[in-house]
Amino acid sequence: MKPIYLDNNATTRVADEVVEAMMPFFTEQYGNPSSMYALGGEAGHATRHAREQVAALLNCSPDEILFTSCGTESDNTSIHGVLEVAPAKRHLITSRVEHPAVRTTCRYFREQHGYALTELPVDAKGNLSLSELESSLRDDTALVSIMHANNETGVIFPLEEIAQIVKSHGVILHTDAVQTAGKLSLDMQKLPVDLLAISGHKLHAPKGIGALYVRRGTKLPPYLKGGHQESGKRAGTENVPYIVGFGKACELAMQNMEKENTSVKALRDKLQAGLLTGCQNAYVNGDETHRLPNTANISFEFIEGESILLLLDTLGVCASSGSACTSGSLEPSHVLRAMGVPFTRAHGSIRFSLSRYTTEDEVNVVIEKLPAIIERLRSMSPFGRK
Amino acid sequence: MWDYTEKVKDHFLNPRNVGEIENADCMGEVGSLACGDALKLTLRLDEKKEKIVDAKFLTFGCASAIASSSALTEIIKGMTIDSAAKVTNQDIADYLGELPEQKMHCSVMGREALEAAIANLRTGKTGVVELEGRVVCTCFGVTETEIERVIKENSLTEVEQVTNYCKAGGGCGGCRGEIERILLRTNAAAKPTVKPSKPGRLTVMQKIKMIDETIAREIRPSLVQDGGDIELVDVEGSRVIVALRGACSSCPASPVTMKDFIQAKLREFVADDLVVEEEKQ
Repeated sequence: MKPIYLDNNATTRVADEVVEAMMPFFTEQYGNPSSMYALGGEAGHATRHAREQVAALLNCSPDEILFTSCGTESDNTSIHGVLEVAPAKRHLITSRVEHPAVRTTCRYFREQHGYALTELPVDAKGNLSLSELESSLRDDTALVSIMHANNETGVIFPLEEIAQIVKSHGVILHTDAVQTAGKLSLDMQKLPVDLLAISGHKLHAPKGIGALYVRRGTKLPPYLKGGHQESGKRAGTENVPYIVGFGKACELAMQNMEKENTSVKALRDKLQAGLLTGCQNAYVNGDETHRLPNTANISFEFIEGESILLLLDTLGVCASSGSACTSGSLEPSHVLRAMGVPFTRAHGSIRFSLSRYTTEDEVNVVIEKLPAIIERLRSMSPFGRK
Repeated sequence: MWDYTEKVKDHFLNPRNVGEIENADCMGEVGSLACGDALKLTLRLDEKKEKIVDAKFLTFGCASAIASSSALTEIIKGMTIDSAAKVTNQDIADYLGELPEQKMHCSVMGREALEAAIANLRTGKTGVVELEGRVVCTCFGVTETEIERVIKENSLTEVEQVTNYCKAGGGCGGCRGEIERILLRTNAAAKPTVKPSKPGRLTVMQKIKMIDETIAREIRPSLVQDGGDIELVDVEGSRVIVALRGACSSCPASPVTMKDFIQAKLREFVADDLVVEEEKQ
């Protein structure tokens, strides 16, 4: 059974064109870009080309792109680096709904190094208060790290306005744009963001490759210390095949962005409308007007997310949940709790995230089959019958 | 993805005894929507009110919670009430082959619902069973009595295991230090044979060395886990003077830590007459 894959905010299928572009770099052009012979030169040339492709997606200069192993490394590099160059500044600002890559790293600095940390709240729809951001900025604020779009709800933060506020106070701004790169247009000529993290496997490149945009002039010591690779900003031999794949994926993302915002969005809207009609006591989490085109996070009251996912899995449908039982912890999603989504809904939340590979037939299957799953679990629940 | 056994999957996909017995002889209800799982168990007994002839459940929860409820009803059908009262959470887990460690609390919920139903039968009280003992984990409302029980019944040694079995410590994490102390106390009491025999007369130097070793081995690790530390300042006869550092120095519970934990450990491992005092600033 071919899976109906609606979990593209978790990871994506690698595009065929990406695989094809990568293959020669395993067995033919396998040289080290630092080497002096032609074989190394080919790898170096391919890496430069890929850097240009990634830079094109962000409308920045190729020398502002740093390849890393993943989005988490890009986030860690930014936060550790910015704090290292400004040791006198002891305050950090982030939001309560950040991805763990940022949230845990910021909390690490609070708990292990005594930094003051402001975690900005969000409202019931998952939107950030800009006035609160402005009033939280202090003379000793070293860094503001705010995500562009939320991975769980798809809610998009107004990055341009955030950047204007933060930069008017002369503070460094880092953004985790892992969920938006390839889905929304990111123009670094217009966005005064200093550091921006993106990840390959969220846009149809393989897992294990990420990038960090570093605005020219931003001081950033290497997180991984060692050789002179990446202009001395990130040691470690370049992962040439993955870098090539990432570059290709960025090129494809640019070509497909229009589709992401029209046909993928239309399928998402159809799915959401179909499920809200087909299931009682179902609610959308997050602001629908500022949301990624591919994401719908829906809560089904009185039942638990893991049970829903496992029943969906029997039909080959892949999605994810903010319930406690799927997070590996005992509490439901920190994002939904920050929004004040009641526990009765948070435990039964399901995130559907589509991609350009999602078909209308697949969406129809979910609309047709999910209501029966919801009913079945509710008939088993002591709360579902009341 | 969880590694569920075929039996867990079977009891999740084809749960036995779903529903609610009308005019049941007794009923047990545990958990809540907020906690993420809840179970309502209803039982029908024979005419003598001794044997369980039917059991049904309604469960809100994950796959292993549903499977544990289904297994519970299968285990207890046909049992006398006296035998059912002896069913443990491990019996439920064993029936299912096994449960992932982090899901063991689902089997504990099954045992709790059964206990609540039996209490309902014996006392006539319905609804939520009153919590016995002091609440340790305020996030999930888990008491000291319940924590001690899962430690003993399942031979637990780590805080993480206690969280897996009864959820205590799985929320804000503020009670993890206390769970550590309950673990130390419960397991020390359970294994009196492994306690090293206390020496008879000690020279002052021997005594100081033993106190220092006991602090390093038995006391410091659990304080450090809470962000604190301890230092031995002096020993005068039976008076042991220590200084609390880090989080311990400002902890409102430090007098309790001193007496119930540090002094108890030193008495256990060094000498019965030791009195611990905090260094005066």
